[in-house]
Amino acid sequence: MSESVVIIGAGQAGCDLTAALRQQGFDGRIVMIGEEPVLPYRRPPLSKAYLSDEMTEEQLYIKPASTYEKQNVEVITGVRVERIDRAAKNVTLANGEVIDYTKLAFCTGGHARRLPLPGAEKPNVHYVRTIADIEKLKAQFLPGKRLLIIGGGYIGLEAAAVGIKKELRVTLVEAMPRLLARVTGPELSEYYYGVHSAKGVDIKLGAGVDALEGGELVERVVLADGTRLEADVIIVGIGLIPNTELAEAAGLEVDNGILVDQQCRSSDPDIFAAGDCANHDHGFLLRRMRLESVPNASEGARVIAATIRGKEAVHNGAPWFWSDQYDLKLQMVGINQGCEEVVIRGSMQENSFSAFYLCGGVIISADTVNRPKDFMVAKKLVAGRVKADAATLSDESVELKSLIA
Amino acid sequence: MGQVTYVSFDGEQTVVDVPNGDNLMQAAIDNGISGILGDCGGGCACATCHCIVDDAWAAKTGEPDEIELDMLDGVVDPKPNSRLSCQITMSDELEGLVIHLPESQF
Repeated sequence: MSESVVIIGAGQAGCDLTAALRQQGFDGRIVMIGEEPVLPYRRPPLSKAYLSDEMTEEQLYIKPASTYEKQNVEVITGVRVERIDRAAKNVTLANGEVIDYTKLAFCTGGHARRLPLPGAEKPNVHYVRTIADIEKLKAQFLPGKRLLIIGGGYIGLEAAAVGIKKELRVTLVEAMPRLLARVTGPELSEYYYGVHSAKGVDIKLGAGVDALEGGELVERVVLADGTRLEADVIIVGIGLIPNTELAEAAGLEVDNGILVDQQCRSSDPDIFAAGDCANHDHGFLLRRMRLESVPNASEGARVIAATIRGKEAVHNGAPWFWSDQYDLKLQMVGINQGCEEVVIRGSMQENSFSAFYLCGGVIISADTVNRPKDFMVAKKLVAGRVKADAATLSDESVELKSLIA
Repeated sequence: MGQVTYVSFDGEQTVVDVPNGDNLMQAAIDNGISGILGDCGGGCACATCHCIVDDAWAAKTGEPDEIELDMLDGVVDPKPNSRLSCQITMSDELEGLVIHLPESQF
């Protein structure tokens, strides 16, 4: 039987996997099946340039239809995969079509965590995950409207920045005592609190949401302390749930994502997973981790392609992320969990600084704001598990580069 | 629309038609050229679309801005003509452009 790779999910990981397979010389059949009705697109701009109307839908597409045709990749959009038969090695689509595979890849991503409150299904409560989400949101995202954002993570903060730019009146509530609590240190949280407050975002911390009130639309959000906030438009950005139902139904091991090894292989050696839906035995972090980022999806896709081609590949890159808010270019590398010391290099007041996170003297992570040069060096320092002391890192007369072993 | 030649590290040449206004990272992705990754989608945030502009064309592609220069500072084996291909926009002036790809993007 000739080889056939079936990819479930047509997002960044799935799209990159099709390209990587061809680039690495795979000449069998490639079928990519996506539930959304459009070609694979870039999601990061959804909360930025696409929401602010600086990008068209076509510009979001990772590549045009003609590229898939040229590479002989079959793309099926707007169709769900219903089930997987691992014994027969095939998948059944919602339209009844059955497709055989020799290798299967889950690139199913995730969906926005829903607000578990009555009223959350009303038409002015929005999420930020798909083009359809943003199209619906844009119709209400108008100057003068009262925008209430639930969740002070990257999605919430990026949406707040666009809201200010588009002249909405923006309030943001976060249940934790600080912004970005899950992903960064208190220093950065405080810095971003200051930036958004100065731009006019009314931020309420430690503010859990208890209820939504109103009629056809949500008109008020009731906080845990009883405060009622009036709102015209509500954005909920409280995290992502990996899409693992199909994998679970197929009997694969799942625990906050599809469990995969350092080659992105699941508990079935012919089935792989990459991107937001995968929980990796991460070759750099040396622990299990489910990462939500484009670079992670792309790296996973490349590792799957190499593994299918019988090449040696390990998912072991130091994870990195970026976020654009106002004119601030935030670039991050590493995971700061376990950090014992934070060192600031540069000036927060001048919006040009880097925060280095140390654990046992080793630089485990860095957040850089408007410092691309620091970021590029930090990637190497984190990847190389370089040791440095606080005095050296904060001393701008010492070139960061000189620390690379 | 104009032709751009991508030369891989091994010396393999691929000629592609690039519409005016498209950037050269996107054009590489659209044409399945390996050696250009473009992980951040053209945001000048990742430096995985590093290329080296052929000497004969260096003047025409212009100068990198400050952010791009800072990112280029950290790529593997930077050269005087190094650019991020996502920051080069196709135009009539660049018809026939030749760019070289590095051995590795990270």
